[in-house]
Amino acid sequence: MAYNCVVLIKQVPDTKRITGQAMNEDGTVNRAALPAIFNPEDLNALEMALQIKDTCGGKVTAVAMGLPAASDVLREALFRGADDAVLVTDRRCAASDTLATSYILSCAVKKLKADIVLCGRQAIDGDTAQVGPQLAEKLGITQITYVEEIKELKDDEISVKRNTGNGWQQVKTKLPVLLTVIDEANTPRVAGAKMLMKNKKARTPAELEGDAGKIKELEQKGLLIKQWDLDFLEADMQWCGRDGSPTKVHRIQSVVLAAKGTKQIEATQDGLNDMIHELIVDHTIG
Amino acid sequence: MANFYTDNEDIQFILNNMNVAELADLMEGDYSDAKKFDFAPADAQEAVENYKLVLKTLGELCGDFVAPRSEAMDHEGNTLNDDGKVTRPKGMYEILDMLSKAEVMGMTLPHRFGGLNFPCLILSAANEMVSRGDASLMNIFGLQGIAETINAFASEEIKQQYLPDLATGKTTGAMVLTEPDAGSDLQACKVKAFQDDDGNWYLHGVKRFITNGCGEVHLVMARSEADRAGGLGLSLFVCDMGPTVHIRRIEDKMGIHASPTCEIFYDNTPCLLIGERQRGLVTYVMALMNGARIGIAAQSLGIGEAAYRIARNYASSREQFGGPIEKLPAVRDLVIDMKIEVEESRALLYETSRVVDFEIGYEKIVESKTLSSEKTKEIKQKLRMIKRYASMLTPMSKYVASEMSNSVAYDSIQVLGGSGFMRDYACERLYRDARITSIYEGTSQLQVVAAVRGVNNGTATKYISELASFEYDANLKDLLDILAANTKTMDDCVEYVKDKGIDYMDLYGRKLVDIAVKTIIGYLFCQHASGKIDMEVAVDDKGKKTSMKARKAKIARRYITRNNPNIKAWADTIKAGCTSSFDSYNEIAGAVPDLS
Repeated sequence: MAYNCVVLIKQVPDTKRITGQAMNEDGTVNRAALPAIFNPEDLNALEMALQIKDTCGGKVTAVAMGLPAASDVLREALFRGADDAVLVTDRRCAASDTLATSYILSCAVKKLKADIVLCGRQAIDGDTAQVGPQLAEKLGITQITYVEEIKELKDDEISVKRNTGNGWQQVKTKLPVLLTVIDEANTPRVAGAKMLMKNKKARTPAELEGDAGKIKELEQKGLLIKQWDLDFLEADMQWCGRDGSPTKVHRIQSVVLAAKGTKQIEATQDGLNDMIHELIVDHTIG
Repeated sequence: MANFYTDNEDIQFILNNMNVAELADLMEGDYSDAKKFDFAPADAQEAVENYKLVLKTLGELCGDFVAPRSEAMDHEGNTLNDDGKVTRPKGMYEILDMLSKAEVMGMTLPHRFGGLNFPCLILSAANEMVSRGDASLMNIFGLQGIAETINAFASEEIKQQYLPDLATGKTTGAMVLTEPDAGSDLQACKVKAFQDDDGNWYLHGVKRFITNGCGEVHLVMARSEADRAGGLGLSLFVCDMGPTVHIRRIEDKMGIHASPTCEIFYDNTPCLLIGERQRGLVTYVMALMNGARIGIAAQSLGIGEAAYRIARNYASSREQFGGPIEKLPAVRDLVIDMKIEVEESRALLYETSRVVDFEIGYEKIVESKTLSSEKTKEIKQKLRMIKRYASMLTPMSKYVASEMSNSVAYDSIQVLGGSGFMRDYACERLYRDARITSIYEGTSQLQVVAAVRGVNNGTATKYISELASFEYDANLKDLLDILAANTKTMDDCVEYVKDKGIDYMDLYGRKLVDIAVKTIIGYLFCQHASGKIDMEVAVDDKGKKTSMKARKAKIARRYITRNNPNIKAWADTIKAGCTSSFDSYNEIAGAVPDLS
């Protein structure tokens, strides 16, 4: 049986290459100083979708929400074997937190009628791991997080192995399902030469700055990446952007971690109690 | 995150300064494939863009995926199971799967068979990067020459049967030539090919030292004319791995452990004839071998590049006598000689690949019969010369690169000292892997025999005169004068040797070839130093940069001025007329030692 897989991907700043200029004075990320990359675990999600297609057939569609620059990661998905790509972009998406983001993405995924939705566990910029689970709730479908392996996929039933951190669970459910995939799941494949050669000229309308001639030309060649805005998604504006985002940033602190000596804790129950008490008092935990 | 293309400025600089668009025109003709295949290029600019994009992707695969598996594959090796099947090291299965997904297993095959239709030059760069990742892998990846041979000489039916699967990587091939009594002397092949009453062909006999003999597609040379000895009794066949193909053993080798080297018994194996009878060795295998020699040159280059990098890294970080050892004159000299040797091989390999692309391209044009008779005549004339250049440069390139990989791997261990002798560093593996490169696909001695013909019949002189007519930068004038003098020295030696007979020519073949090679590469370095497209390259890790052109001018100066006295000395030796190797062999070598 062939499956319609939708993979959600995000373009993120490469937080592994943090330099002195990585943070703006106001504490926000200086995206210009960090190269933009394909969120690593989203590559694992894409690989899992491509493996499903390799063995069962079907289609893989990559969806990214972001500025037109995010077209880069969509092209990258096409190079690696995605059949189709969609950029969700709209100025009104700005300032969306994870709840608003998952609402907007749910509108896009509904249009694609997915059997299996795959996301990376979390993005390396926000590290929340919230969008996948929230999206499943918005779609009203089953979610399985921390997926390491698909054990079996047959008809409308899927069995997966999920990593719980201190062991594994094997979970079985009916489709449709949303999976969040961890990096232990697989090694993502590189671009395929022919897909690279074919799709190197694929562009979103936004990248073509509305040039109707070019848009038509690429459309005829099958190289126009789909671009959807909130009107097309028929999204309810109260759930999008700032309005749809209950998260309020109270304060941003620039934290410089520096070792300030060490403290020996007695390996006794009292020693542990004292340490926990101290950590609660200075708000490290709790 | 390693990328063996983007981290190698020399590859990029040379490719940027070669007329790759011209090669794309030769490969793509009128670019009409763009209408049939959505990935085929529409013009030369797009083709060149494609080459670089694919090299970049492959560079990432080699750096991030292949190289980290190399050590384990070397330890694990291949296993011959009781059922006669070969199990490859785990990493090799993973890599072959990844290469197949990367769609690079049919790089030079035409689009219609699922290939990328890339020129040989780009395959050489790819082979180099693959070998830098793992030398053994190149013996499977680089066997794309088998598909090329099928494409060049087999019937359409055979092409349809085998090429699509080879292009996707679903099958891999083996080039089955060597036998217990037929190594360098392939004319002595004994494996029989015979026909049944219906005209179907079968193979019978034993082949030995077969690289990737467990591959699915075998290209086998066998004696089809039972009554005819020598090369003209041999034809080329293709067969599938199957129940009548028995792997009898796999060799326990010094290096390239992840590449299975098999002894194969063909027990009346059904097969198909490639092309025409009796042309097996004289035409098809010669073409196959030439391609394979360029492949081994690229493999050698990849090993050399890897070995150099380990040495440089160690020399800059290992502290002795109060500082990094690369401050010591002897180590400094060793390290930059290694670097120049690597770039020397690359210069010659890429140039050779370019010439071979012209050979292939012109042949295609002549065969297509699309040009006017006058234009065809002109191309045919050029092709005659190009063929002579290719048949001289190919063995030269294989000889230079394989000797380089041995010496650079040796020196890499030397720079690391005791640590290099231990299994902790990859240079000991590279040293073992390098050793075969100057042996298989024709030993260095045989490459010299092939190349020296070109030096003696005027091909080298003609080719060098073409190199000399390039537009060089003015600052290289004194170097070009030295190279002109070196060419004269070469011509004088050729003149001297001519009267001395063929044995004498072969006796001093290596020195004659060395003179030609050093002169040719001297010109190539000067071409690089006169390149139209410069690039900035790092000089240290603090952001200091220099121009690659200026760097190449420095290399050219060191290379040419240091070789000049050597060339004179080699010429003196050639012209000294010493024939003691013939006259006094037994006296000097003494009695044959008893090893029992």
